[in-house]
Amino acid sequence: MAWFKKKDKAIGAGARKEIPQGVWVKCEGCSAALFSRELDANQRVCPKCTYHFRLTAWERIALLADVGSFEEIDHAIHAGDPLGFTDSRPYPVRVKESQAKTGLPEVVLTGRAKMDEHQVMLSVMDFGFIGGSMGSAMGEKFTRAAETALAERRPFVSVAASGGARMQEGILSLMQMAKTSAAVGRLHEARVPYISVLTNPTTAGVMASFASLGDVILAEPGALIGFAGPRVIEQTIRQKLPKGFQTSEFVLSHGFVDRIVSRRQLKGTLVQLIDLLTG
Amino acid sequence: MAYEVELDFEKPLLEVEKKIEELRAAQKDGKGDRTAELEALKKKADQLKVSIYANLTPWQRVLIARHPRRPYALDYIGYLFQDFIELHGDRHFSDDPAVVCGFAKLDGRPVMVLGQQKGRDMKESLLRNFGMMNPEGYRKAMRFMHLAEKFGRPVVIFIDTMGAYPGIGAEERGQAEAIARNLMEMSLLRTPIVAVVIGEGGSGGALGVGVADRVLILENAVYSVISPEGCAAILWRSAKFAPEAAKALRITAKDLTELGITDEVIPEPPGGAHRDPVGAASAVKIAIRRQLEALAKQPIGELLDARYGKFRAMGVFTEAAS
Repeated sequence: MAWFKKKDKAIGAGARKEIPQGVWVKCEGCSAALFSRELDANQRVCPKCTYHFRLTAWERIALLADVGSFEEIDHAIHAGDPLGFTDSRPYPVRVKESQAKTGLPEVVLTGRAKMDEHQVMLSVMDFGFIGGSMGSAMGEKFTRAAETALAERRPFVSVAASGGARMQEGILSLMQMAKTSAAVGRLHEARVPYISVLTNPTTAGVMASFASLGDVILAEPGALIGFAGPRVIEQTIRQKLPKGFQTSEFVLSHGFVDRIVSRRQLKGTLVQLIDLLTG
Repeated sequence: MAYEVELDFEKPLLEVEKKIEELRAAQKDGKGDRTAELEALKKKADQLKVSIYANLTPWQRVLIARHPRRPYALDYIGYLFQDFIELHGDRHFSDDPAVVCGFAKLDGRPVMVLGQQKGRDMKESLLRNFGMMNPEGYRKAMRFMHLAEKFGRPVVIFIDTMGAYPGIGAEERGQAEAIARNLMEMSLLRTPIVAVVIGEGGSGGALGVGVADRVLILENAVYSVISPEGCAAILWRSAKFAPEAAKALRITAKDLTELGITDEVIPEPPGGAHRDPVGAASAVKIAIRRQLEALAKQPIGELLDARYGKFRAMGVFTEAAS
């Protein structure tokens, strides 16, 4: 009857404390309870339904760049506050919160890297930073990365994850669409390969600029990809949207991405394309 | 003349204008000489135009920019150009009536003209999709810009849209791709481009035909990354706060020019372009002609470098030593 002795000891709250937070994750695709370490080991893809969880910018770089090869550029570029914008909170406070939360200086990391020994330029967005929104700092970092790629004739790989423009920078954020697209235009003219990878989600201002301009455009499976947000469309047309609307698969079938590539095959596919374009 | 749409802040002016009209009608009917009275009222109206329009809030300018009697692209095209020949279609899917395109002459010189076109009544608004372009519209516009490039004609673009159309078909046909391609192609187009924001510059829908060597804006036009209502709904959690959002977003002609987004503010006649379309058009014409003359003198390589540099320089960020 020794088993019952356990009753005397405190179980529950005290014992649970020893389990670190976030050990179990509920899959957003199939609702299965996943062991977080197992999920990490599987590149944050659900082993049951292959749902692709979002990656942080650093996780993405670890996935794509050869170990230790990523050399960040323009780390010191931060958002300004050109409009002195305040809604419920001042914009600089929102930026600081996002910096603290993500450990990133801005929504995008840019730098030189190697991919299976190919010299490339990388631009990787992080949706966790103010909804992956593109403001002036992002536009500048992307443009400098594209210009570096052009000067050094490195294939340029961009990984997008964004809800669109950063409203708090007003019209200046809109103009980043023109700025980044013009930078891609110069890459095209010089025939430096530019490959755009779309991840969940890629919409609005980012999708309507550099993300749509790749020589080759790849998408992770099941990502939300489109111009207008689903809610905006529903409000405009006053109808429910069909199932599967604005997914990677939808965009592929309408001819706006070249391939859907699972995360496991992403680096290999990129390397294969770079090899075919430059080798 | 009577205005079927009354903006609250215009009310004192509208009342005087109504009285003027009544007096004129009475005089026509031979009911005595009211000239002195009329003159006094006209003077009062002129004073009101100046005083009301000198102190508009950003939100009030939004309402003027959307005024249903405001001159639209085709009105300007009619006033400014000769021999306009409208041409249609994107050659792939259809013709988008939300954008009008064609060759015309400006004081004898051939130009390509593009304009986002809203409808004047419900029937035309439906035809024009309220000035909201679909992907085929952006592709149509680009097709004509390439035609202008091929034949060495400068491009004049009138911007007036609440945004690119957010619909199922637009997504299926690649609204994002169509806009993105225009941004890139326009940055490389080997002919001068002058854009004029005549009413609403609605986000990517406006920018999709707005990468130009010179971007001009009418005094009461606006240009924004998101509608004030949309911004308020997201950041203030209610569209009611649109006037606050309009102020915070800095979308007026003066603000945009200070921010380096627009190059020149074209003054509107007292009381706004909707009171005097011909006066507005003549100011627009003078500005466009002057800009085209200056651009024509630039060698194309320099022009393209300057265009790249213009958008390259947009943005405010800090670069601290880390």
